[in-house]
Amino acid sequence: MVAQCADDLVVLRPEGMYCPPGDFFIDPWRPVERAVITHAHSDHARSGHRRYLAAAPAALVLKARLGGISLDTLAYGEPVTINGVTVSLHPAGHVLGSAQVRIAHGGQVWVASGDYKAGPGFAAEDATCEAFEPLRCDTFISESTFGLPVYRWKPQSAIAADINAWWAANAAAGRASVLMAYSFGKAQRILAMVDAGIGPIVCHGATENLNAAYRASGVALPATRMVSDGLDRADLRRALVLAPPSVQGSTWLKRFGDYADAFASGWMQLRGARRRNAVDRGFVLSDHADWPGLMRAIAATDAARVIVTHGQVPVMVRWLQAQGLEAQAFETEFAGETGAEAPDTAEPAKPAAADAAPIDETGVSPA
Amino acid sequence: MRRFARLYAELDAQTATNAKVAALRRYFAEAPPADAAWAVYFLAGGKPRQSVPTRLLRAAAQRRAGLPDWLFEESYQAVGDLAETIAHVLPQGAADDDTGLAAWIETRLAPLRGLADAEIEARLISYWDMLDWQGRFLLTKLIGGGFRVGVSRLLVLRALAEQAGLDPKLVALRAMGYTDARTPPTAQRFARLIAPGDGAGIDAGAPYPFFLAHPLADPGTLGDTAQWLVEWKYDGIRAQVVRRAGQTWIWSRGEELVTERFPEIVAAVRGLPDGSVLDGEILVWKEGDRPAPFALLQQRIGRKTLGRKILADAPVVFMAYDLLENEGRDIRAEAQHARRARLETLVAAHPAGGLRLSPLVEADNWAACAALRADSRRRGVEGLMLKEATSAYGTGRTRDTGTWWKWKIDPLSVDCVLIYAQAGHGRRASLYTDYTFAVWTGSGADRTLVPFAKAYSGLTDEEFRKVDAVIRKTTIEKFGPVRSVLPSLVFELGFEGIQQSPRHKSGIAVRFPRMLRLRTDKKVEEADTLERLRTLLAVSNTT
Repeated sequence: MVAQCADDLVVLRPEGMYCPPGDFFIDPWRPVERAVITHAHSDHARSGHRRYLAAAPAALVLKARLGGISLDTLAYGEPVTINGVTVSLHPAGHVLGSAQVRIAHGGQVWVASGDYKAGPGFAAEDATCEAFEPLRCDTFISESTFGLPVYRWKPQSAIAADINAWWAANAAAGRASVLMAYSFGKAQRILAMVDAGIGPIVCHGATENLNAAYRASGVALPATRMVSDGLDRADLRRALVLAPPSVQGSTWLKRFGDYADAFASGWMQLRGARRRNAVDRGFVLSDHADWPGLMRAIAATDAARVIVTHGQVPVMVRWLQAQGLEAQAFETEFAGETGAEAPDTAEPAKPAAADAAPIDETGVSPA
Repeated sequence: MRRFARLYAELDAQTATNAKVAALRRYFAEAPPADAAWAVYFLAGGKPRQSVPTRLLRAAAQRRAGLPDWLFEESYQAVGDLAETIAHVLPQGAADDDTGLAAWIETRLAPLRGLADAEIEARLISYWDMLDWQGRFLLTKLIGGGFRVGVSRLLVLRALAEQAGLDPKLVALRAMGYTDARTPPTAQRFARLIAPGDGAGIDAGAPYPFFLAHPLADPGTLGDTAQWLVEWKYDGIRAQVVRRAGQTWIWSRGEELVTERFPEIVAAVRGLPDGSVLDGEILVWKEGDRPAPFALLQQRIGRKTLGRKILADAPVVFMAYDLLENEGRDIRAEAQHARRARLETLVAAHPAGGLRLSPLVEADNWAACAALRADSRRRGVEGLMLKEATSAYGTGRTRDTGTWWKWKIDPLSVDCVLIYAQAGHGRRASLYTDYTFAVWTGSGADRTLVPFAKAYSGLTDEEFRKVDAVIRKTTIEKFGPVRSVLPSLVFELGFEGIQQSPRHKSGIAVRFPRMLRLRTDKKVEEADTLERLRTLLAVSNTT
């Protein structure tokens, strides 16, 4: 472990990660005066702060989730000076509006990644957000959700082909295809990648709320419908149904009769997780970097020092140290150790009777 | 290999039985007979001797993936399955191999045995590089001996029978002994499984499919006791003794040929005429009127060679309770009571110390049966077996031609405290599901928890998830994959038997421990004591 130095640009406080010279927090878990938010998932964007700063594309989803907050936004790459510290936000490739926080002060550059995904060549795969931008820095604060070499993602095009084939086969057999995916980010990414010509797409109310925010933000999504729109039985049996994982085992699913179900999550990489979930199919689709992606992103920063947060922290720290980097850990309250046990699936199973009833996703880390 | 890997993936991904049968039938329709022969062998539970030691598999995978020991181990702990871990960490290969399953096994895998370590490693890496993810995973499973997928032997045979247009029971009969390690599967043996006509076409020593009992909670619904044959339920090794062509074969329920393990039984049945097949239980029986505890039989099975001492310390008998073949004729369709009468005649005509007849338990009504059952532990048995007098001898757990019920005694139980936890394997990977339990010993300031049993079954998935969360929050220390936790959870632990054991810290070993329930109503301080376990030990071992 590396001790914190007096001139560190980010340190850990009980409220969260803190920038002492700038006097602001990044994704704090307790209410603070000024919070810079990397993205709108509930473990990073909490309510109760006096002032929020986020990337402009995140504005509508943040408001959809947190309501009337006092929000300032920055275009990606646009610098702002906070108490003499230069802060800018750069695409993290995680979900719509997700940002890395770049902090420059006293000749040092630090970057806090938030959550990110970083495919081969940092190429854009996900049509619903801007691709990860590698930033050179002295210290990189990285997540490590999938920080084990067993996590390697296939290209999105291969997963899209798998989902389309599964949906088409179900539709041909007269069965609805219920695909459970986190309702913010994952669901919209799926909507943008599937072949909407296969059949109608039905979304759960919790998912549809976020679809609206995405559309209003200018992200093109195929037409979606809700159960309350009154689809006839024949349509339902050809439909792709996108719903949050909490619907599993709930009465909301009964209307689809004899349906096939599947999960879309990075945790589906492991057979154990797939079998635990007792669904017909698991699609390995994650908005987090896989092991090669983490290594790629860290190498691209050229940082000599890396601070690892939530996920496979001890593994990543040890590995990076063995690669000759100065590596240490921050104990954050983002997802915590749940990184090892499929938090998607640990989401409490709440009955989602009413279509429009929002699903409470508090405290759950998306994968 | 590609075709079998695809079948494996389909079976692994499916939860519906019909879909599994359909996938199996598609495979049998397409696969060349030599490949299908091996596929049936593996799917039906065949286990060839492991051709590569696990440490070499690991070393080769680590080298190919460029991973240090500790990182491979971390990965394995997260995945919970060695073959899967290896398939995940290997870099992408050419994946262009089209060789069939039989050729893979016979010309590539079998010759690995006995080669120098470096040569094995080089070949393994070249094999992995030829295959895609599914192929690598399957190959590693086949090499490592851990091949298992969610289909039962009977389901595989049912699919094969449907595809061949035969009665599944006939195919199950023909397949007896198919997976025994001594005779490798071939296209010819496969052809015999699905040959047209109703000939059994079985090997000379083949047993019949075992008829299995269903658990019973309450005999109240079974009607008149006179319609039932009541016997003790023994706690030994279920086996069939086959006498044909002047020879004896002994088969365990796992269809393993175990003849050489039990010379006393071979000697005892030498006088039985050819064309006799008996079903019963292998038990260690010294003097007295009750069998020795299963632990002793287990010790004997564990021995590589049967020395004079173990033969003297743990002599076995065959407790016969059914006759399946008499005078060369398959009599399984006859009524239970008729088969029983023939069995009595046969055993009476050929008296031998190592061959016993399972006595009938006489009771006029279920209440009397219940009273006798309550005495089971003292008799060294697990409870009662109730067999419908008109029942035929079915195949597996069938119930269409009569039923066997096992009416076991309630387990012994104590309330104990969870003190260590370890992550499970397979579908429980990354979830803490394997627990060590302790009871109190000493008093006052010296009162401490002493571990006495491990258990990993009995909770629902939901309960496991809750306990897992508590374990993560109350961890004191991690030792590799094991965590010690702050004692906070009390469980009622059930077990079948209790034995003295100098090898355990507590001096006590329990048989078949499993969690009966989580005692959220009890505080840690209120858990049971070692003293109580000693009392159970004294009570259950009084003759």
